[in-house]
Amino acid sequence: MKYQVNENGFYGEFGGAFIPEMLYPNVEELRKQYLDIIATAEFQKEFHQLLKDYVGRPTPLYFAERLSAKYNTKIYLKREDLCHTGAHKINNTIGQILLAKRLRKTRIIAETGAGQHGVATATVCALMGLKCIVYMGEIDIQRQAPNVARMKMLGAEVRPATSGSKTLKDATNEAIRDWINNPIDTFYIIGSVVGPHPYPDMVAKFQSIISEEIKKQLHEKEGKENPDYVIACVGGGSNAAGAFYHFLDEEKVNLIAVEAAGKGIHSGESAATSVLGKIGIIHGSKTLLMQSEDGQITEPYSISAGLDYPGVGPLHAHLHDTKRAEFIAITDDDAMAAGLNLCKTEGIIPAIESSHALAVLDQKKFKKDDIVVINLSGRGDKDLNTYINYFEL
Amino acid sequence: MNRINTKLQENKKLLSIYFTAGYPELNSTVSIIQELEKSGVDMIEIGLPFSDPLADGPTIQESSTIALENGMTTKLLFEQLENIRKTVEIPLIIMGYFNPILQFGIEEFCKKCAQVGIDGLIIPDLPLDVFEQDYKTIFEQYNLKNICLITPQTSDERIHKIDQISDSFIYMVSSSSTTGSQNSFGDVQKNYFKKISDLKLKNPQIVGFGISNSETFTEAIKYQKGAIIGSSFIKFIKDHPIENISTFINKLR
Repeated sequence: MKYQVNENGFYGEFGGAFIPEMLYPNVEELRKQYLDIIATAEFQKEFHQLLKDYVGRPTPLYFAERLSAKYNTKIYLKREDLCHTGAHKINNTIGQILLAKRLRKTRIIAETGAGQHGVATATVCALMGLKCIVYMGEIDIQRQAPNVARMKMLGAEVRPATSGSKTLKDATNEAIRDWINNPIDTFYIIGSVVGPHPYPDMVAKFQSIISEEIKKQLHEKEGKENPDYVIACVGGGSNAAGAFYHFLDEEKVNLIAVEAAGKGIHSGESAATSVLGKIGIIHGSKTLLMQSEDGQITEPYSISAGLDYPGVGPLHAHLHDTKRAEFIAITDDDAMAAGLNLCKTEGIIPAIESSHALAVLDQKKFKKDDIVVINLSGRGDKDLNTYINYFEL
Repeated sequence: MNRINTKLQENKKLLSIYFTAGYPELNSTVSIIQELEKSGVDMIEIGLPFSDPLADGPTIQESSTIALENGMTTKLLFEQLENIRKTVEIPLIIMGYFNPILQFGIEEFCKKCAQVGIDGLIIPDLPLDVFEQDYKTIFEQYNLKNICLITPQTSDERIHKIDQISDSFIYMVSSSSTTGSQNSFGDVQKNYFKKISDLKLKNPQIVGFGISNSETFTEAIKYQKGAIIGSSFIKFIKDHPIENISTFINKLR
């Protein structure tokens, strides 16, 4: 239980709820009720039923034979890319929409960067017949046109965030402002393990299904529940939180969190928060944060839109601080090469986010009998344009 | 006695003005403060610009972005304010988000505030319990008042708790919204103003958010001790020279 959130919402010194008073009643309502609601048999039944029949869980734990031969170790891929909507994001939006319904909220808001969480939110809102507004940076709207179209087809309204750098952090600011302006009927579905307590814990719990399944599946395949390594990419950190969750207290399981080094960690165009960040406050949470000396939040960069967040969730800041997880930063080039390698070796086109996790295979030497689980958080369809431009396909 | 508390004892309704330091020009901070005092303003909130001001609407966001582009920093603000108490007597409050203050160092920040003659701080994203536990004694040591917000959604129980902890005034957010102008207040807000007045709190309340003209100002001070104008003043100094500030102030009361 060393790595669980404490009753004040902190992981070690990270986390908490640094929010303006205007948000206090909303966040407090959620904080008081989320654990009780999630614990009810009725919630669990509906949640798991939807994960099974709608999302398509359990997702396979696939032994990647050719990839394993190439790297001379035992590699399993947790196939979150096979979830409905193409990524792990929907595990969380299913959980939160069920919570929103039980809190009798009628209007859903969300932020999105690349659009994956926006699509996952629009999807569950359509499923439940709830009004959905997604905030997305104006620049991201231009970069991610197919996802904008998907959200619209699903009935969501996509509102451009035109402040600041017009990307994910600004979309999050706008969603928070919307919540301030609509405190009664609105539920804010945050897409990662970020934001004020209880969001990081709540999202981690909804995503923890990933490691719950890994344990079961590995037991079937290898006769033991624990791998030697679990590797996952980290932007805000929701897929990593889910993949690590049930291994956090199993100290023999090595956890590797993979950040985006962009064009190089110190190139000025990077999202390697664990290296470049200092403790600060972003979106209501005390965590590691990329910022200027004066405490202004700086704009991260990665070729992958899902990893360019200037902070990491407080759980990950704590895992970094306690050295429970090893943090590795992967450049754009290495990630793109690893993505293409998976296509050619296993016939799977990964999301560029997930390609960062795959690239660790080239950076780190594993033993022949090591069991290495890589969380393949999403599929690469959404990234086709980036792949086309990068490889001049 | 702290200048804020002295001012609150005056038998009059108070007008407080918010502006963003470093806007519209990097070095307009001091002249804006001086001109505001000359125009008869009772209190000033100096906004420390932040890249991600969550509680603010578009006008203050934009002023913050421009101030940062102009080169405004925490350190520079203290340099600009170094001699402010030679010319200005009214209470001065810094309003800023927590992260830049955290990076400057809380104690160092409070010390600097005391040195230049700041009387209070409004830090919207500093939670009450964290303040009480970690920073209250530092604030007291430097004679700085921590000004807390309440909103129409704040429960009576929490309002009383905030009243207990506060020792100057309570910043009463007029409606469930980010900062920004409204042209008039509806019955919901008027009832809210009256309701808070009926709670008979020990701290006077000053109303902020959504006050833009003499109509909203008059409505806000009907039951409360005063009102704060921000966005609408920022819009004014965007288009008018600092010397004309008194024309804006004179129209309010």
